[in-house]
Amino acid sequence: MSNTAWEAVIGLEIHVQLKTETKMFCRCRNGFGGGPNTQTCPVCLAFPGALPVPNRRAIEETIKLGLALDCAIAERAVFHRKNYFYPDNPKAYQISQYDEPLCSNGRLAVPTADGGVTIGITRAHLEEDAAKNVHVAASGRLHGATATLVDFNRCGTPLVEIVTEPDLHDADTAKRFLQLLRQTVVELDLSDAELEKGSMRFDVNVSVRPAGSVELRTRTELKNMNSFNFAAKGIEREIARQIGIYEAGGEVQQETLHFVPGEEDSPPIRSKEEAQDYRYFPEPDLVPVHPPAALVERLRAEIGELPGARIGRIADTLSFYDADVLVTGGLDRLWSALVDAGADAKEAANVLSNQFVAAGVDPGTVNAAELAKLVAARAEIPRAAFDEALSKAGDAGFAAAPYLEQKLVADAGELDPVIERIIAASPGQAEQFRSGKEGLLGFFVGQVMKETGGKADPRIVNERVRAKLSGT
Amino acid sequence: MAGISKDEVLHVARLARLELTDDEVVKFQEQLSAILDAVSKVSELDLADVPPTAHPLEIENAWAEDEPRPCLPLDEVFANAPDRDEDYFRVPPA
Amino acid sequence: MIDVLRLTAEGAKQLLDAREISGAELFAAYAERDDDLHAFLYRCDDPGGDGIPIALKDVIGTKGVPTTAGSKILESYVPVYDSTVAANCKRHGLRLLGKTNTDEFAMGSSTENSAFGPSRNPWDPSRVPGGSGGGSAAAVSGGLAPWALGSDTGGSIKQPSALCGNVGLRPTYGTVSRFGVVAFASSLDQVGPVAKNVRDCAFLYSIIAGRDANDTTTVEVPEVELPAAQDLKGMRIGVPREMNEAEGIEPGVSAAVRKTIELAESLGAEVGECSLPRSVDYGVACYYLVAPAEASSNLARYDGARYGLRSDGDDFREMVMATRHDGLGDEPKRRIMIGTYALSSGYYDAYYGKAQRVRTMIRREHAEVFEKFDLIVSPTSPTVAFAIGEKAGNPLAMYLNDLLTIPSCMAGLPGLNIPCGLSEGLPVGLQLIGPQFAENTLFRAGHALEQALAFDVVPERLR
Repeated sequence: MSNTAWEAVIGLEIHVQLKTETKMFCRCRNGFGGGPNTQTCPVCLAFPGALPVPNRRAIEETIKLGLALDCAIAERAVFHRKNYFYPDNPKAYQISQYDEPLCSNGRLAVPTADGGVTIGITRAHLEEDAAKNVHVAASGRLHGATATLVDFNRCGTPLVEIVTEPDLHDADTAKRFLQLLRQTVVELDLSDAELEKGSMRFDVNVSVRPAGSVELRTRTELKNMNSFNFAAKGIEREIARQIGIYEAGGEVQQETLHFVPGEEDSPPIRSKEEAQDYRYFPEPDLVPVHPPAALVERLRAEIGELPGARIGRIADTLSFYDADVLVTGGLDRLWSALVDAGADAKEAANVLSNQFVAAGVDPGTVNAAELAKLVAARAEIPRAAFDEALSKAGDAGFAAAPYLEQKLVADAGELDPVIERIIAASPGQAEQFRSGKEGLLGFFVGQVMKETGGKADPRIVNERVRAKLSGT
Repeated sequence: MAGISKDEVLHVARLARLELTDDEVVKFQEQLSAILDAVSKVSELDLADVPPTAHPLEIENAWAEDEPRPCLPLDEVFANAPDRDEDYFRVPPA
Repeated sequence: MIDVLRLTAEGAKQLLDAREISGAELFAAYAERDDDLHAFLYRCDDPGGDGIPIALKDVIGTKGVPTTAGSKILESYVPVYDSTVAANCKRHGLRLLGKTNTDEFAMGSSTENSAFGPSRNPWDPSRVPGGSGGGSAAAVSGGLAPWALGSDTGGSIKQPSALCGNVGLRPTYGTVSRFGVVAFASSLDQVGPVAKNVRDCAFLYSIIAGRDANDTTTVEVPEVELPAAQDLKGMRIGVPREMNEAEGIEPGVSAAVRKTIELAESLGAEVGECSLPRSVDYGVACYYLVAPAEASSNLARYDGARYGLRSDGDDFREMVMATRHDGLGDEPKRRIMIGTYALSSGYYDAYYGKAQRVRTMIRREHAEVFEKFDLIVSPTSPTVAFAIGEKAGNPLAMYLNDLLTIPSCMAGLPGLNIPCGLSEGLPVGLQLIGPQFAENTLFRAGHALEQALAFDVVPERLR
């Protein structure tokens, strides 16, 4: 048993592919679609004499992302060459940014149930993605000799690299951070940020230290976890592993843990990567970027209220949990519209988070004014009618009126005869109820609902069944 | 006096992916030491207040619109390829 | 019929317009001449039409025509796209005679670093034509092309022009596109014209110059004025002490240059002394840090993966190392290693970083001089053409050939070489250097001097 409490120190490095029409330094089409090497040109293939030409939109979108992360935008940003040899890196250098990045010194507030935490963003910079290596086994060879096949379609895709301060201290918050960052990027329409497709990737740096200390101990790097759940699990296991090492009197080695994408439970391959000398120097084929103030202001004005801020704001009205579900589910805009149209805040949240989600309708297509009427009348119309209305809420010309007319039968005068008939048909259960088996109420209520085709008001049915069974 | 050691020659050769025979290492060590000696002359100057030249011309913000241009047809992509495997470039395993 | 040794491009155009010769005859006159100078690595067939024929240095990418950069590693490489300058020539109807020899990857001052053997000086075939663009210079002076394009990083156009006795322009950095040109040092490389006289040079420059959307380091250029004035009235010409009295300048070279400066005065120029206190002293050291550093990165793409030579290896790394060992010559290897060293961790500030500050110092020294003068003059090369083999074993000695051309290159400034006399029967070159975008000034001064000098560009042994 250990007496030390431990604190985890976690930093993230995230790469987001921008979904511009063309690549970062050439005008080949960006994105999936073509067969191997069909989206290439002398520039992204690094033919002799080829030169890079930056994509203006990619630069603007990086600035926009930086602004969304509350970063300072550089007065003067420079591209650098990062030199290393690898088959997916045809120039043998990657054009990236080094000590003069486009964005720096920002933060992302991650709302949580107990107030939230602010994670520092060290920097966000722009670079180009590498090609895709496919490692294959050559057939017909005795010893499984392999080759590497290279597809340059992806080579040159604009990539924003975001680096956080080591401000995270637990796996769950790290996961929430990643989710929030992803949602922010998607809402800004910068990227599809799909982990399975690789348009968002992340590495995690993990170390631990005695709680309360400020030292930074050796950290390990976790790579290739391709889902947020996977990441949370991997981080937790690594924290536990490191604590175990220290508690056993050992030292954590600096290592990289390569996970197998999609396989959360497979143990990672550990490697000690030799320190690389990338010999960064300013890219002589590119001139500096000096973002005009007017551009930065225009981009800032395009941003709007981001998901993190909306969770915080809505949590003033609803619970944190409800606010979180609505915003992360992409439902809060519709919720606001419903409330503006007169719906009760909690009711609307409840319906959206449950029945509406189940109906699978795109919130962007919904006529909020009409849906608000529906929500207000939820208790008064049959469940089936309500659900059907929801499923049509996104259709053009949707109106609540036809559904509102299908009022539930709430008149005891109409219901009593039905109830009496049903009770009379099951005297045994009636007797058991009277002797204390409260649960049997549902037995009778269910039959009444079935008999009335769901059109009876369940509250009145409950009341009248109880009354009739008790002999009143 | 600046000079370059055999280890340093091997180090930079490795970084630059240049295989060198033992004789070549000796030869280059001698030649590179002489060159390094000559270029180290720059250390004589105190230029702490002089900014490095970023570019010969004071241009900035040179970029292009995000509009696609035709890509190369596959026969041109692979026109000079030493080893093509269907529509991939094949290289020894990395 | 066609005097290939003397005919200028402008003259050829006049003959064609007057229907005194046909397009086919014009091309054949050059194409069928025996290339005993080894100026060409590849010669093309006549594509037809009557455009003026031109030779291009083999670092300039030409679609469908081999482009080797003088290296084994690109021996079999045929580009699938044209460089912008080649496309510009095509658009103007110029017909490609072939690709000229160059020191490997434009690294050298003699063409002795070409993987395919050196070229020879048409004035004396036992001597070098200069480098790296010795092939283009030899072709122009040797009757194998009326004009040509070369590329200049530290003097690779001007120095061969000096040694072969013709006119070569290194343009202001950023006025000619590098797209499609095999890169050596990105912040220094410039393609430029090589011709028999200044007017041809100016005209060829106007064909290739201008902003290119494919090269973001290019800018718009002032309109080119073909020179006509025969005098130098009003022109202020500076004579930098350090460039004209540097150690290693042969007396015959000095004498020819001094005479020409006196001639300039007689043509109405105001000549005065000036100083570039440290640019000459530190220029070579600065250049041989900056250029190799950029080159080490630019040449890293030659790895046998997508084009060019590939040697065997069990894995990717071994294949790359073997390919680069087999395919690259000693000079590129030396520069790659020096460049890698200059950029490496722990050394960057002292070497590459420092060199870029020296570069600023050189720019400032030149800017100060150009406040008082319209252009400055000096010998282009400290010596006349040297014997093949004389300096080949000594890299540092070879580097000193560029002593006088390097400083203005570091400052991104334009420079024009004109032949100004003979020393020991071999051409002496004078370089005129101006501030950025001063090409028209250089052409004007060069043309007036050229007319007054009446230097016979045809090598004596070929007359």
